[in-house]
Amino acid sequence: MLAPSYATPREKLSYFVFALFCALVFLFLIGPILVIMPLSFSSEPWFTYPLPGLSLRWYIDFFTDERWRIALQNSGIVALFATLIATGLGTLAALGLSRGNVPFAGLILSILISPMIVPVVIVAVAMFFGFAAVGLNNTYLGLILAHAILGTPFVVITVTATLTGFDRTLTRAAASLGASPWTAFRTITLPLIAPGVTSGALFAFVTSWDEVVVALFLASPDQRTLPRQMFSGIREQISPTITAAATLLVFFAALLMLTLELLRRRSERLRGTGG
Amino acid sequence: MAVAALPGEAGPDVDRTSLKTKLRRAERVNRARSFSLVAPLLLFVLAVFALPIGLMLVRAVENTEVRETMPRTIAALDGWDGQATPGEDVFAAFADELVQTQKDRTTALVGKRINYEVPGARSRFLKAGRLVDAGGGGPWREKFLAADPEWGSVEFWAIMKRAGATFTPYYLLTSLDLRQDAQGAVGRNFADQSIFVDIFFRTIWISLLVTLATLVLGYPVAHLLAILPPRHANVLMILVLLPFTTSILVRTTAWIVLLQSNGVLNDILLALNLTTERVQLIFNRFGTVLAMTHIQLPFTILPIYSVMKSIPPSHLRAARSLGAGPLTAFVSVYMPQTLPGVGAGCLLTFILSLGYYITPALVGGPQDQMVSYFVALYTNREMNWGQASALGAILLLITLALYALFNRLVGIDKVKLG
Repeated sequence: MLAPSYATPREKLSYFVFALFCALVFLFLIGPILVIMPLSFSSEPWFTYPLPGLSLRWYIDFFTDERWRIALQNSGIVALFATLIATGLGTLAALGLSRGNVPFAGLILSILISPMIVPVVIVAVAMFFGFAAVGLNNTYLGLILAHAILGTPFVVITVTATLTGFDRTLTRAAASLGASPWTAFRTITLPLIAPGVTSGALFAFVTSWDEVVVALFLASPDQRTLPRQMFSGIREQISPTITAAATLLVFFAALLMLTLELLRRRSERLRGTGG
Repeated sequence: MAVAALPGEAGPDVDRTSLKTKLRRAERVNRARSFSLVAPLLLFVLAVFALPIGLMLVRAVENTEVRETMPRTIAALDGWDGQATPGEDVFAAFADELVQTQKDRTTALVGKRINYEVPGARSRFLKAGRLVDAGGGGPWREKFLAADPEWGSVEFWAIMKRAGATFTPYYLLTSLDLRQDAQGAVGRNFADQSIFVDIFFRTIWISLLVTLATLVLGYPVAHLLAILPPRHANVLMILVLLPFTTSILVRTTAWIVLLQSNGVLNDILLALNLTTERVQLIFNRFGTVLAMTHIQLPFTILPIYSVMKSIPPSHLRAARSLGAGPLTAFVSVYMPQTLPGVGAGCLLTFILSLGYYITPALVGGPQDQMVSYFVALYTNREMNWGQASALGAILLLITLALYALFNRLVGIDKVKLG
């Protein structure tokens, strides 16, 4: 399938080696995730194959244990509000930048993207010092603001990408037909960029949902998030409850990926650039 | 959307300059409108992100401990020539201010700051605190010298005087394994404190290893994804993207379960008789690089893939039809065209690897901890915030320099997600 029809036997062999190598890399990528999932259904608290027996006890543990429940709840609250802030501000900024007449647009874009590049420990320590001065440490607001910052680059990138294929004559047509800028935005622009906005929001949500370093510095035990709870669990002793939490998160990730793919297809269809 | 209002009844002698000004004004309004869309996020990022980082950079050179608690001692030292042990005026001010720091319980704080540069100073400060607590009054110079002849050290007082300055290069110098002696000359730091250059090189070395590993593993995969028909490629793409969207903690947990000495991989090795005893695969360099490579692999693959996707397959066929062997065609026609993708993917992975903290902390040994770990350590455990900030400042500088390079070569607006 890979080798062209004119390939010599030696070439065919090299294509085979190439395919085998790639198969091993795919195994490397997906293997660890596949190995950890069945262990969460083990009836015994050690990590060996074959499984001694099947049980849902670690899932029951996850959903009934007070600490995990609070962590799940905190993660949900923080991620939700961080996503709302990041998506709102990020979409506005992308709309502004895409109009093509903002002075120093390149510099501004670099600044807006930089939270993605700066090592997260530096962000965490800097905010730990800075937030202490204004009393934001150990508060939900502090954690939400910090996670919103980390999420905005993703929104800016995805919305900007959607806007590069955006046909500006559409909004001009709306305006010439008497629509106010707000009506034109609501009825023309927003539906067209919605897939980009949603996938940006999903990335922002996941960024907060998975974030552990900033949470370690800024959150008190009251704001303990899911990753932080997992982190302290891994540090002490990996309990199978952690593998249950991990498995749930993998399903969450798969669901997210599916949504992103559907959004991408929808966006292509709306813009008429794909099949 | 703002259209320049044209003069309603413009005659043939329409005023061109006024039209030009009006157009310019309309453009200006338009620009302001665009900027007002960007401004909220820009202000948010500047206030909540850039400002705290800026303050952290200041903290790397800030020097408040002595200046705030012992201003009169520092003022008295201003008149000191630095040739011999200072006179009674310095000691009297010092004793006076020690009484105050004893009350405020800040003696240990000042002692700790001096202790960075004069080993043993902290305990001497605490003893001096007890000495002034005992009362009795001066002359203090003799009392201090009788308690500990080290109080007569000219070097100590020179460093004390320097510690009273507004800014200090101490933390930055220490981060580079350098130290300033009492006379102000910069030289190598004491051997037992010279750990940081090693840590920076280790960080760069681990990042290079990870970058190289992701390139070697990722390049063929990107090529495969680019040449397969979309139907097959999309299925395989899921295998790249699923780890990409899975939490780093989950993947790190998976590697711990796999690699630990009674873990799955050791079970397999034993079952296959490849080893006779359990191998140490984790809490060392191998485990760190392996887990980091796993996490970074999609970041390297995706930019290479998107460049490869844009190379027409006819180029390779043309090279072959012109007589090039398969290897020559690949190396001299295909590979040079993939270089932008290779550059983007590798640079991205290298930049992100430099800042790793969680993964080495969980799967690495003490010799595999990177700069980020020490930034966190000096913040949380050692409470030496100047040192944490200085290490962070240098790491930030390296990262931003590479980010600027990335921007120059690739353009941050070209980054695509998924």
